[in-house]
Amino acid sequence: MLKSKTFVKKTRGGRVMKIVREHYLRDDIWCGSEACDQCRQESTVLQREACIESNLCSFSHYLVPDTNVVLHQIDVLEDPVICNVVILQTVLQEVRHRSAPVYKRLKDLIHEEERHFYTFTNEHHRETFIEREPGESANDRNDRAIRVAAKWYSEHLAKPDDPKLVLLTNDVANKQKAQESGLLVYKFEEYVKGLIANPELVDRLALSNDDKNDIASSRVLFPEHLPLSRIQAGIKSGSFLQGTFKASRDNYLEAKVFIQKDEEDGTEVLIQGLQHLNRAVHQDVVAVQLLPRSQWAAPSSVMLQDVGSAKDDTTTEEEEQEEDALISCGGDVDRKPTGKIVGIIKRNWRPFCGMLNISQIKESTRHLFTPADRCIPRIRIETRQASTLAGQRIMVAIDGWPKDSRYPNGHFVRTLGVAGEKETEEEVLLLEHDVPHQAFSQAVLSFLPKMPWSIKPEDIVGREDLRHLTVCSVDPPGCTDIDDALHCRELANGNFEVGVHIADVTHFIRPGNALDKEAANRGTTVYLCGKRIDMVPELLSSNLCSLRSNVDRLSFSSIWEMNQKAEVVKTRFTKSVINSKASLTYAEAQMRIDDTGKNDDITKSLRGLNKLAKILKKRRIEKGALTLSSLEVRFHMDSETHDPIELQTKELMETNSMVEEFMLLANISVAQKIYDEFAECALLRKHPAPPPSNYDILLKAAKSKDVLLRTDSAKALADSLEAANVDGFAYFNTLLRILATRCMMQAVYFCSGMDNDFHHYGLASPIYTHFTSPIRRYADIIVHRLLAVAIGADSTYPDLTDKHKQSALCTNLNYRHKMSQYAQRASVAFHTQLFFKSRGVLSEEGFVLFVRKNAIIVLIPKFGLEGTVFFDGKDKSGLNLVFDEEYPSLTVERHTFRIFDRVKVTVSLDDSNIQHQKIRMALTEPVIPGVSVSATAGETQNKKPRLDS
Amino acid sequence: MSSFRCFVLCGNMAGLELLSDQGYRLDGRKASELRKVQARMGVFAQADGSAYLEQGNTKALAVVYGPHEMRGSRSRTLHDRAVINCQYSMATFSMSERKRRPHGDRKSTEMSLHLKQTFEAAVMTQLYPRSQIDIYVKILQSDGGNYSVCVNAATLAVIDAGIPMLDYVCASTVGFVDETPLADLCYAEESGGVSSLALALLPRGGQIALLQMDARLHQDNLEALMDAAMTACKGVSKVLDQVVRQHLQEASLATGD
Repeated sequence: MLKSKTFVKKTRGGRVMKIVREHYLRDDIWCGSEACDQCRQESTVLQREACIESNLCSFSHYLVPDTNVVLHQIDVLEDPVICNVVILQTVLQEVRHRSAPVYKRLKDLIHEEERHFYTFTNEHHRETFIEREPGESANDRNDRAIRVAAKWYSEHLAKPDDPKLVLLTNDVANKQKAQESGLLVYKFEEYVKGLIANPELVDRLALSNDDKNDIASSRVLFPEHLPLSRIQAGIKSGSFLQGTFKASRDNYLEAKVFIQKDEEDGTEVLIQGLQHLNRAVHQDVVAVQLLPRSQWAAPSSVMLQDVGSAKDDTTTEEEEQEEDALISCGGDVDRKPTGKIVGIIKRNWRPFCGMLNISQIKESTRHLFTPADRCIPRIRIETRQASTLAGQRIMVAIDGWPKDSRYPNGHFVRTLGVAGEKETEEEVLLLEHDVPHQAFSQAVLSFLPKMPWSIKPEDIVGREDLRHLTVCSVDPPGCTDIDDALHCRELANGNFEVGVHIADVTHFIRPGNALDKEAANRGTTVYLCGKRIDMVPELLSSNLCSLRSNVDRLSFSSIWEMNQKAEVVKTRFTKSVINSKASLTYAEAQMRIDDTGKNDDITKSLRGLNKLAKILKKRRIEKGALTLSSLEVRFHMDSETHDPIELQTKELMETNSMVEEFMLLANISVAQKIYDEFAECALLRKHPAPPPSNYDILLKAAKSKDVLLRTDSAKALADSLEAANVDGFAYFNTLLRILATRCMMQAVYFCSGMDNDFHHYGLASPIYTHFTSPIRRYADIIVHRLLAVAIGADSTYPDLTDKHKQSALCTNLNYRHKMSQYAQRASVAFHTQLFFKSRGVLSEEGFVLFVRKNAIIVLIPKFGLEGTVFFDGKDKSGLNLVFDEEYPSLTVERHTFRIFDRVKVTVSLDDSNIQHQKIRMALTEPVIPGVSVSATAGETQNKKPRLDS
Repeated sequence: MSSFRCFVLCGNMAGLELLSDQGYRLDGRKASELRKVQARMGVFAQADGSAYLEQGNTKALAVVYGPHEMRGSRSRTLHDRAVINCQYSMATFSMSERKRRPHGDRKSTEMSLHLKQTFEAAVMTQLYPRSQIDIYVKILQSDGGNYSVCVNAATLAVIDAGIPMLDYVCASTVGFVDETPLADLCYAEESGGVSSLALALLPRGGQIALLQMDARLHQDNLEALMDAAMTACKGVSKVLDQVVRQHLQEASLATGD
C-alpha cells in the first residue's frame, strides 16, 4: 500500500492561522462496480446492468450528481426509480456542511441496499485527488474534483459493454467544462424529463434559479434579507436578536420570535404585518430588529385567515385593511416588544402535508397549496397533474421564497390519498406530528425472541419466583399491552405486603441493538382513536411482555411492606416471575370491591389495595398535589366500519385512582433509588412550577365569580380550588380546574447530572420518574436498566452512564411525548368530526371558556368539545363589539359575554373546506339579532360554500 | 455553484466527521493505520546520543547526555541506580498559534514527569549507581500524539547513547470514536472530543511502562482500546527496529568495520 503525502493549508477567520493537515492518498479504494475486473474488492454495490429507462441514455449507466443537485433535488433522488448512483466524497462532505437534513436523507439512501448508491472516497484516491490551484475558489475546486472523479470512472470502466458515467449538474459553466473533457453530462431537469417510467417525477423537481426568474414581477413585496455577515455583526453588537420564529395559528399576519439568550430564560418579540414577517416560516431561526418603543404593539386577539387567491402576487386592498386593523389596535398597557425580521439564519423547512387549491385558470400549471398546519404559509407549486391531485392530500416541499413573490415556491413530493378518508387523514396526522409509524424493519424484527417462546430455566436465574402470589391487573377495557399488575396480602405481623409488578421489557430489548434503537427513536407508543402506533413490535407489546392472566411472565417488581396507616416500612426491588390470576377492567375491579358477597383472594387483595390507596391519596393531597381536570372523551367504535358511533366522556372510578396511587408510589420509590445509585445519570421527570403570570387568566376568571384563588404554592392552589364553589353552578369547579390545567407547564424528562431542580409541581413530590410503563414509554426502559444495575440484576453499558447521551435521549423523548399528545388530540378532533358528520345539527348547552376580541370559545361538557363562535366575518358585519380586556368580557350589541356564562349553541360539521373540516357552533341562546340562529335554521347558513382558506 | 456558506451563528453544524462510513479517517487513514514514521539517529556530534523522529506532522528532537556524575544538588543521588532527568519543551513555532513559554509551564512539567517515569521503567539504571542520565526532548512541530512521539524519539536517542535498556519503549496514542478504536491520533482527532489514551509499551515482553488517560471511558471499551494501543505500539517498534539496524549498518560502513 502506498502512502504519499500532500499538505492542505487553510486559513481561518479572525487571525490568520496556518493549519497543516496530512492527507494520505491511497491506491486501495475500489470503484464498487460489478462490471469491473481490475479492482480487488470484496463486495460490489453498483450493478452491471444499471438500466434506468430513459430516452436520453438507452444504455446501462451510473449517475454522478453534483452537490447542488443532491441538495435541491433530494426528493427526486429518493424515488425508487433512481438507482446505481455514485456519491462522491466531495459531494457528501459539501452536503454535510450545508444541510444536515439532506445529509441524513442521503445517508439513509446510501444505506438502502436495493438502491445501489455507492460512496466513492475520491478525495483520498491517488488518481482522483486534486489540489486547489492558485486563484481557484473552493467551489470551483470541488466542481473540478467531481469532474476528475467522473472522468476517472469513465476511463476505468472503458470496455464497450461497461456501464457509462452520466454526470448530473445544473451549473452551466460546470456542464460546459465537463463536455469539453469528453464526459457525458446532463442537466438534472433534462435527465428527469427523459425518464420513461415516471412522468410525475417532473413535478418533484425543485425550481432552479433560472426558472424562478420567469415568475418575477416588477413589484418587490418584501425587503431584502441581510447577508449572514451583516447579521452576525448585528447580533454581536446587540442591534439584532437571534431567535426561533413561531407563526401564530390564528392570525397569519402575526408571529412571535423566541429569543434564546445564554442561560437566561427566553423573551418574546412580537412581529406584525407581512412586511415585517418578511418571508420567515414557522420554526426558522431568524434575526430580528426591534422597532422603536413608540411602534410597539399589543398582540391582537383577532383571528385572521389568509384567503388570497392563487394568481396574484400583489397584496390586495383587503389585506392592507386587515393589516391596518391589526396594527392600530391594542391598549398601551399590553404593548409588547415588537420587531421586524431582517434576515434568516437557518431555514427549518420540512415537507408539509396539505391540499392543492386548483387555480381558477384551467390551463394553469401553477397552483397554490394549503398546508394542513396553519402556521405554515401557502405554497405555490407547479404541476401538470392538478386534476388528479384535486381532493387528495399531498406532500409539498418549499424550494425558496423570492422577495417579489407573495408566496413561497415549492414542489410536489408525493400523494397520501383521498382527503377526508380515515386512512389518509390518519397518515397526515402522523406525518404532521412527526410520529414514526412505518412497519418495523426486518433488522428490528430479527431481535425478537423466536416463537413459540416460553420461560426457560436460564431466564429464571436471579429472579424471585412470585408465581404463587395472587397478582392481578386492572386496566381500561380492551387493553392488550398490560404493563402493570398488583398484589396485596396481609403479613403475620399485621402489616401489608404490597407489590407492583411491571413487565420486564428490558429482558427482551437489549441495549444497542436495532430493536432498542428503534424503540429509543419512537420514544413512546402513540394512541389514536381506534389505532395504536406501537413503540415495540406487537409480539412484545401484546404478548410476551404483556402481563396477561394465567400465564407465566417475567416482571420487575417493587415490593413494599406497609403498616395499617399506609406508611412504608420496607422497600425492595427484584426481578421476578409472576402469574397473574386475573386481568380486570376498572369497572370489573370496582364491582368486586363493592360486592360484599365476594370474598375470594383477588377481591380481598383489591380491597386491601383500595384501602391503602385512599390513605396514600389523602396524604398526597395534604402535601399539595394538584387534582386537575381535563375532559377526555372515548369513542365507541363500530366494530365493522371503525366509525365512531357514540361519544362518551371518560368516567373516573375509585379503582382508577387506586392503580394510579400505587404507580405513583412505585415511580417515586424507584426515582429515589436510581438517584441514590446514579447521582449523575439518573433519568428523572420534573414538572416545573409555572411562572405567576400564567395564572392571570385563571385569576381573572375566578374573580368574575367573586372567588379568590391563591397561587403562591401548589398547596395553596389545591386548597383554594377545592374551596371554590358557586351556588347553583355545580360545574364551576370543574371549569376552574380545566382552566388551571392550561396554566401548567409541561412535565419533562431530564438527566439528573444536567439539572438541579427535580421538583414535580403537580404531584408535589421532590423526585419523580417513570418506571411503570416500559411497553409504551422508552424512558421507563432506561429507568428499568438503571434500577437493574442498581440492584445488581443486570450489567451496565457505556451509554447508560454517559450523562450527555442521556440528556440527548431525554430531548428526543420529550419531543416525541409532546408530539404524541398533539397527535392524540388531533385524532380525537378528527373523530369528533366524523361523529358529527353523521349526526347533523345538534343543539347543546355549553359554557364560555374564553372571551376573545371577536369571538367566544365555548366548551360543551357533554362531548368535551370546544368551539369558537365568531361575531364578525363575511356574513355578519357591522355588529357593535366592545371588548374589555381587564374583566375579560365582550359586549355584542346589548348582550355581554363573560367567562363561565351558560350559552346554548347548535353544533354541526362544517365540511365546506375539506382540508380543515371543523365543528361549527352557532349561538341559539342568548338571542342576539344578527348573530344567533334558531336551532333549526342553523343549517342553511352552513351550506354556504367557500372555495378555500 | 452557490457560494460556500458558513454557519458560525448556529454553531458548527456538523463538526468534523472523524470516521466516515467507508472507514476512512480525516486524513485518509483507516482506523488501525499509523502515520508515516521517519527517523534518524546520531544527529548531533556533541551529545552522547541523539535522534530526530517524525510521526506524520509531529516532529521531535531528543538528546541524551550521560550516564555521568551527579550535577547540581548531590542530595538526589541514588546509591543503587542512576537518576533519570527528563526535560520536555515545545518550540515556540511548533503550533499554529505562537507559544509564549516554550518550557516550564504546567503541561511541560507534567510531560517531563511522564517521560521520566517511562524511562525509569525501561533503562537498566541499576548498572550505573550514583550517576545521572539526562534526556532532553523538544517538539519542533506538534500535530497530536506529542507524548508518544517524544518517547519514541527518546528511545532512539538512548540507544544512540549506548545506554542499555530492557527493550525499545514504544508509545502510541489511541482514541475511541463510534465504537471503533483509532490508532495514532492526529491533532484534529485529539481535539475533536475523542477520549484518548496514551500507552508506552515494552513490546517484546508486553510490559506497560506508562498508561495515561484523562477522559471518561466506559470500562467495557477499555479492553478494545488497550488492544488497539498495544498493536499500534508493536507497529511502531518494528519501524524503530529498522531505523536502528539501518543506522548501525551505516555506522559500521563509515568506520570500516
